[in-house]
Amino acid sequence: MDIKPILSALRRHKAGTVLIALQIALTLAIVCNALFIIQQRLAHLSEPTGVDEANTFVITNEWVGSPSSQRADAMMREDLRVLRELPGVADATSSNSFPLRGGGWDDGIKLTPDQVKDTSGAAVYFGDDHFLNTLDIPLIAGRNFRPEEITAMDVRDRLAPPVAIVTKPLADKLFPNGDAVGKTVYFVGNPTTIIGEVELLQSQSVERWASAFAWRSIIVPKRLAVSLGVFYIVRAQPGQLDAVMRAAPEALFKSNPRRIINDDDGVQSYATIRAKAYEGDRGMALLMGVICLVLLAITAAGIVGLTSFWVGQRRKQIGVRRALGATQKDILRYFMTENFLISCGGVLFGALLAIAINLWMVTRFEMHRLSLAYLLAGVLILLLLGQGAVLAPALRASRVPPVEATRSV
Amino acid sequence: MSGMFVHNLRLGAASLRRNVLLTALMIMSIGFGVAASMVTFAVFRAVSGDPIPQKSAQLFVPQIDNRGPQYNRNGEPPEALNYTDAVALMRAHKAPHQTVLYAIGLSVMPADEHRMPFKAQGYATYNDFFSMFEVPFQYGGSWGGAEDESRSSVVVISRSLNQKLFAGANSVGREITMDDHAYRIVGVTEDWDPKPRFYDMFSGNAYANAVEIYIPFTLAIDQKVDTYGNNNCGSDGKRGDAHDGWVRGECVWISPWVELDSAAQVQAYRQFLDGYAKEQQSAGRFNWAPNNRLRNVHEWLDYEGAVPPESRISLTLALGFLVICLVNTIGLLLAKFMRRAPEIGVRRALGASRADIYRQFLAEASMVGVAGGLLGVVLTAIGMLGVGLVFEPHIARLAHLDVPLVLLALLLAIVATVLAAFYPTWRAAQVQPAWQLKSN
Repeated sequence: MDIKPILSALRRHKAGTVLIALQIALTLAIVCNALFIIQQRLAHLSEPTGVDEANTFVITNEWVGSPSSQRADAMMREDLRVLRELPGVADATSSNSFPLRGGGWDDGIKLTPDQVKDTSGAAVYFGDDHFLNTLDIPLIAGRNFRPEEITAMDVRDRLAPPVAIVTKPLADKLFPNGDAVGKTVYFVGNPTTIIGEVELLQSQSVERWASAFAWRSIIVPKRLAVSLGVFYIVRAQPGQLDAVMRAAPEALFKSNPRRIINDDDGVQSYATIRAKAYEGDRGMALLMGVICLVLLAITAAGIVGLTSFWVGQRRKQIGVRRALGATQKDILRYFMTENFLISCGGVLFGALLAIAINLWMVTRFEMHRLSLAYLLAGVLILLLLGQGAVLAPALRASRVPPVEATRSV
Repeated sequence: MSGMFVHNLRLGAASLRRNVLLTALMIMSIGFGVAASMVTFAVFRAVSGDPIPQKSAQLFVPQIDNRGPQYNRNGEPPEALNYTDAVALMRAHKAPHQTVLYAIGLSVMPADEHRMPFKAQGYATYNDFFSMFEVPFQYGGSWGGAEDESRSSVVVISRSLNQKLFAGANSVGREITMDDHAYRIVGVTEDWDPKPRFYDMFSGNAYANAVEIYIPFTLAIDQKVDTYGNNNCGSDGKRGDAHDGWVRGECVWISPWVELDSAAQVQAYRQFLDGYAKEQQSAGRFNWAPNNRLRNVHEWLDYEGAVPPESRISLTLALGFLVICLVNTIGLLLAKFMRRAPEIGVRRALGASRADIYRQFLAEASMVGVAGGLLGVVLTAIGMLGVGLVFEPHIARLAHLDVPLVLLALLLAIVATVLAAFYPTWRAAQVQPAWQLKSN
């Protein structure tokens, strides 16, 4: 099709042409950045913890009064016994934190005692010999803790574990040759021997501040015996989660009433913990999705409106063309091509704008660089949207009868 | 003039009715754009507000670098103090008012034996806390300097805790048991919960649930009440062993605040901080030059990143969205106005001036703006219900639709639409009377 007459017609409608192109450009710029944010957030919130989430829950147990460390340890050991004997419980452990909790202890690991900068940060999990089994995390090298290696620790005691188990990402960071098991590292200033390695155990926080040590976790053979309280992580046998979540706090209160387990968030399934940890990400993805849809709808409406106006304005010319032998198909194709040309101009400018906005967000909000696939997807969406939106007015134009040429306004 | 204005409005209404689809498109476009901007702005306003406007320029956070250039983060001192420095600032008493604080969580044992014990969260602090932050009281008041000095077992409780324990009665002088220790109530605060909680940004409590208890810092240290908030030890080893060692060590966990009323006082306090750091240097505790900061509430909130990036990103996007809606409106208005070129030609030929055309079309545009604004307010109200889906609950509940927001929505809609109408109106006013009167 010859595009020369279209171009010369567009030159007579500069303002309208520029406005449609501008709108397409701005929409493209926002839509591909929004799609990109959605993808990033969704990828983030589907990252695994390593925990058997479907069957696991966490009890936040706080002590009444301020028991001594020894007393807290005795009560905690009794609680663990009660929990492990409960019907439907696969295993239970106590810890200072759990993946997706939102915060916890993180500390630096060094390879030599006199090193100034840490070789890596790591999320610190306290665990006994039941920890790996409760979370259902298999060892990929080395061994688990032995019961006699587990010691109680008050919160401000020096954490000096003689042995520890690390995740693979931490092991690889510390010892890139893959021979971490058996090696000694310096953890909080003291030597610690790595005795085991697990594939995966996520950090306590998935927020940006914790991204420097994401996936790098260290498990120390400790029971946190403090006056404030402790977390119990419990894995139920398949299908028993709801029943055990109800039975566990009852059994604990029956054995020792001097405790506080909050009604609203004292007992949380991993589904709840995950939903809370990623509230912000899910919300952001939703907001971006809604903005994209409304934006596309508004842009389509704008194209329909302006094209309808052009069709109305050019009824006489269309009639003349029809009278001179142009088919309905020719007229349809004319308007479709016209829109395609404008859209092409729009997406070209829009692509540049999208990249500019992304670069600005990279510096301003620590976002990632826009991948080309999103740009291409956005371009395709807008070209299709333009063609779809122009179809109705173009069809109306194609039905203008040749006799229109003879009418005067 | 006013008669003319009414006439213009009538003309506008007639014109808008003539092409319902275009008019509806414009109104929806403006409505959606305004609503998106208003909802995200309501959240942004809630998280970026000044939590203590009357005093935010007089309240300062002193920061002292107790880690040195090898261990501090990007040259910045830590965001809280260790016990040694906190006590030193309190002893020096170099500001008219000063306090230090840390988060606590104590188990409250209700007098009624059938009720379950529960956790109450709050702060261990000095008596100046209440006057510095202008905490309003329902009953009683703060404890005095003497109680700080003598480590008395006194407590200030919140209105909601007073409701829970004493059904709202004046409980001043009565006792409550927390962590197996008896405390005498000296005051009951009104509901007071500045957002963000500027005074405890360190423990990430900016949007946490309201505080229920306050006890003297000196007593809390005496009772070995551990912090319920953050404790940051950095990566050097000087953190001490066991509780006493930790208290004397270099881990930071205490937030300090000073009130300084003039530039001279601020200057003097900076000098005092530097002097203190130099003393520590010569005593051998710091082997680096003084590296202190003194930030007021605004600077502190900014430094601590009180506004969540989510809120900024969504506000930015919503404004981009509004711009697109306006470009859309410009196009639709242009189509609408230019379709009436013959009518304009006739009016111009009959003696209407360009200014008359301007007035007529801008009046029409402002009607679209008002309608779009009204739709925008309705959509904003609906959007507010959905804020909880997008933002975390503790932030979402801060956003609300109030009169200023409604007025702002209407104003934004009208101003934006009239601005958008300028170009189409200018084009309409360019229509030549003679040319239009010729047979088309």
